[in-house]
Amino acid sequence: MWDQLADLYATYQSTIAFIGINSLLALSVYTTLSCGQLALGNAGFSAIGAYAAALLTMQAHWPFPLAILAAVLVPAAVAVPLGLPVLRIRGIFLAIATIGFGEVVRLGLVNWDYVNGAQGIVAIPQKTELWMIYLAVAAALFVLARLRGSKWGFALEAIREDEPAARTMGIATTRYKLAMLVLGAALAGLAGGFEAHFTFMVAPNGFGFGRVVDMLVFAVVGGSQIYWGPVVGAAFLTLLPEILRDVAPLVGIEPGPLRLMVNGLVLLAVILFLPNGMVSLPRRIAEWRAARVAARSAA
Amino acid sequence: MGQQVVNGLFLGSIYALFALGYTLVFGVLDILNLAHATVFMLASFVALTLVGRFHLHILVAMPLAVVFAGVLGLVLERVAFRPLRARADSNISGLISSLAMATVFEAIALEIWGPNISRFPFGTVPETQLDLFGAVVSRLQLTIVAVALLLFLVLTWLVKATRLGREVRAVAESPRAARILGVDVNRAIAAAFFISSALGGAAGVLFGLAFNSISPDMGRSVELKGLAVIILGGMGSMPGAVLAGFALGLTEVFVTAYLGASWRDAVSFAGLFLILVLRPRGLFGAAALREA
Amino acid sequence: MSPLLSLTGVERAFGGVRAVDGAGFAVAPGQVHGLIGPNGAGKTTVINLISGLLAPTAGSIQLGDRPIHGLPPWQVAALGVARTFQNIRLFPDLSARDNVLVGQHLRRSPSLAARMLMLPSARVEEREARERAAALLTRVGLSERVHEHARHLSYGEQRRVEIARALASTPRLLLLDEPTAGMNPVEVQAVAQLIRRVAAEGQSVLLVEHNVRLVMDVCDTITVLCFGKVIAEGAPRTVAEDPAVIAAYLGNPK
Repeated sequence: MWDQLADLYATYQSTIAFIGINSLLALSVYTTLSCGQLALGNAGFSAIGAYAAALLTMQAHWPFPLAILAAVLVPAAVAVPLGLPVLRIRGIFLAIATIGFGEVVRLGLVNWDYVNGAQGIVAIPQKTELWMIYLAVAAALFVLARLRGSKWGFALEAIREDEPAARTMGIATTRYKLAMLVLGAALAGLAGGFEAHFTFMVAPNGFGFGRVVDMLVFAVVGGSQIYWGPVVGAAFLTLLPEILRDVAPLVGIEPGPLRLMVNGLVLLAVILFLPNGMVSLPRRIAEWRAARVAARSAA
Repeated sequence: MGQQVVNGLFLGSIYALFALGYTLVFGVLDILNLAHATVFMLASFVALTLVGRFHLHILVAMPLAVVFAGVLGLVLERVAFRPLRARADSNISGLISSLAMATVFEAIALEIWGPNISRFPFGTVPETQLDLFGAVVSRLQLTIVAVALLLFLVLTWLVKATRLGREVRAVAESPRAARILGVDVNRAIAAAFFISSALGGAAGVLFGLAFNSISPDMGRSVELKGLAVIILGGMGSMPGAVLAGFALGLTEVFVTAYLGASWRDAVSFAGLFLILVLRPRGLFGAAALREA
Repeated sequence: MSPLLSLTGVERAFGGVRAVDGAGFAVAPGQVHGLIGPNGAGKTTVINLISGLLAPTAGSIQLGDRPIHGLPPWQVAALGVARTFQNIRLFPDLSARDNVLVGQHLRRSPSLAARMLMLPSARVEEREARERAAALLTRVGLSERVHEHARHLSYGEQRRVEIARALASTPRLLLLDEPTAGMNPVEVQAVAQLIRRVAAEGQSVLLVEHNVRLVMDVCDTITVLCFGKVIAEGAPRTVAEDPAVIAAYLGNPK
């Protein structure tokens, strides 16, 4: 039995690692969503964390824990001068500005010869272990859980529901939004650092607009109203391609297009019918059942 | 240098056409339609298939592809946007919904045409070149600029002089007031989407002809550049989109010529970022809030 | 006694339209001051100017001897100003009690470390905050509805939660924008008593209202606004008999 488990582990190690990494990325987008901001620069923050950590372990021979610390702190530091001007911008413009930031980071890396431009860095030592990733996910979930229901958690929710009203209650909304942006940047950087030392390579095109769209989709599909929703979304959407890979030949569609199609349809179904994400599914089913009972007894 | 200007105007006209569609929908619904770039891409593939498989002349295939794009726009509106209109956070959920449709469209393209680059068959367009004030211009480039200008004029006429155009503008300003005045809001919005996607499709066909490189991800870079264009021009402003489209085309060509190709995109996005921070409403955008 | 709130020559233009045109008045501590006028007179704009959601295009607004015009809303709130909204802006997904908890933001200083480490001191602080919130809801007569989501409350109940939320920060100045709109007479009476008690405790109230009876009963002084200008000021009786006021509301008799 243990042999079989060990086999399972070896085969699926990569998937399990990526569920963790994608959870961190999904949570990084959630932090700003939780106060109503659609900030989509996290692919850029992840790239900064990944490259910083990789360069430190490879060029400066730093021990891995310190490199990972840098992967957290450098993007967080970058988020401050980014956030101050950008968080004043409303709604959709904020999203576009942060997308622009992400593209600037990516293009900067493409044009930087020191890091091999578009080809990226290879042969990064494989230092990431599953327990590190999951410890980070647990810590992030713990912090977010503690925030919820606290004075700061209520302030964040107030900002999300009605920012001007929140300001009239003494909530310094820009500070809170900035704090969430910085936290998100830290999480994205951490994920990047882990990923670099797991897949042993980083390249700028792995941190493009498509990547941050994925992160947003994880958060939305899982449920962006509660802190553990994004993790559910990340797990589901990371596992889905694995399952689909086996299904594809049966349906007669290429795995690539099939995965993309299912992703798109799942996202569409969620946003149209289950806007609060998969985590709201039990409640919705219960409501639907209750409505059916009520209708039947009224008849 | 005249050559650069010509190239820039030519590239700019395609950007402007693409951005016009984007900005039309944003002006009406306050929503960013992220499926616009995939409609752009699908129209290109449809034109390619009509010419390559069904041997239609490009002058027939293009209008057909444009109409197809318009129909896709109607589908998008009906499936992805209309159900969400009543919601409070309709612009974020609309964005995500359009993202979902974009993914579906891209998947369809991947399945039907595969991931590799496809090209128009040789002879689709005449290869002749002209000498215009010392610059070398191909007949194709001239045609593209001419088609783009024609479409701008048609669009301006539609918006300013037709009843439909007035209705769309009314809905853009205040759907509630428009409804009270008897405007069929659903029809006006659907029309806006049809026109918007038709323009995007036209841009796609022209782009495909111009660069002769069609692939399922061809929309990606244009999509983000299109964002830069509508931000610079001012969201919701049609003249702004046209001017900014040309500005971006010219900028890209000059940056490539003097700084090198690798800086071209970086300059566009850095510019986008700066504009959003310093003057978010761009050149002609309206800063005012929209009524419910 | 120097006034708690004073407006001098305040102007606010939107494009070419002067919503507030050289308005000035003062509110003393512990007083209830009414702000009335026909629709479109600029009353809500004045409230928005005081609370910091808008900045005046001219003139000054002072709290005590401190200018507050142009300050961001959260700073104005921190100086002791709280408000309700004409079109009710509760947080729809939060319960009545949680709405009031948000209102307490300025009066709470819990330790982030204690919260993260799950220390008992954090739990104590939260329990006390929740008890204060529940007490405020009892004060406005909503002890039964503490846990209801705001979106499920009746119109009158929502207005009362908004008042409780505004009181939660123990403000020096309470701005009430049409707090009794849509309420039945019993509820209106309850609000009138509440306003008088609040003033008796030393807080000032600036009351924008259309309910003339309520304004006459509760206010110590009244300012009348019309087209953004002050057309009358003084004790309720005086203002009620002022011909300019009557003309503004009823139109000039021909």
